[in-house]
Amino acid sequence: MNEFKVAIRENESAHVLDLMGYLDAHTAPILEEAFQSMIGSGKFRIIVNCRDLTYISSAGLGVFMAYIEDVRENKGDIKMSNMTPKVFQIFDLLGFPMLYDIVNDERDAIAKFAALS
Amino acid sequence: MIHNHLNTQPSTITIPSRTERLNDVRQFVAQAARVCGFKDEDVNNIMLAVDEACTNIIKHAYNYAPDESIEVNVGMREGDFEIVIADRGKNFNPENVPPPDMKEYMSQYRRGGLGLYLMKKVMDTVDFQFKANRNILRMTKHLH
Repeated sequence: MNEFKVAIRENESAHVLDLMGYLDAHTAPILEEAFQSMIGSGKFRIIVNCRDLTYISSAGLGVFMAYIEDVRENKGDIKMSNMTPKVFQIFDLLGFPMLYDIVNDERDAIAKFAALS
Repeated sequence: MIHNHLNTQPSTITIPSRTERLNDVRQFVAQAARVCGFKDEDVNNIMLAVDEACTNIIKHAYNYAPDESIEVNVGMREGDFEIVIADRGKNFNPENVPPPDMKEYMSQYRRGGLGLYLMKKVMDTVDFQFKANRNILRMTKHLH
């Protein structure tokens, strides 16, 4: 089975989605649901911590693309952190670093959001 | 040398057209690529290309019908790892679709169509044919 989980945490400046496991066409709806619930409840400052994300395909990448505009229109952002080199390589192939804020560590993303407050 | 001989033997997995089986296909091709001597980065890229190809088949060729089949055949041929993926779905040739200008495409945050782009990025060759009512996708990756 393709194991994938999302856990949501809240800190002082943003909400953090911890991704775990394999994000592909089978599991992408789980991430989609998480984004819908965040955006539906007016949470637009989102950090996606990819430390335990083992794998991502274009189906997973598409989820980030689906929500980024909504989030930015509401003065928020989706910032990504703690990517393994293997996962970063796939984001990089599609040019994500040009369009998304990808930082080394979750704390960097928190600081960036805090600076806006 | 015995090891090399074994490497060249093709092997096949057939899965039903369900996304829950993507992981099985990824593990199958990753194992085969490792046995053939590919390093982690290439193994990851081969897994990604096969995942994208099967996802496209499930979505577009079979339109999510869950009980059709996808056959994935892998083996070494003249120094290349060759993957042949066959299905009996709708004639689906993504090459008929002009390649997007990725910079413009990504800046508009459009979804879909990224799978083929990734397949071509990470594999050396990607070729689609429709023969005897089957879509045949052949991809290769050179073993350095």
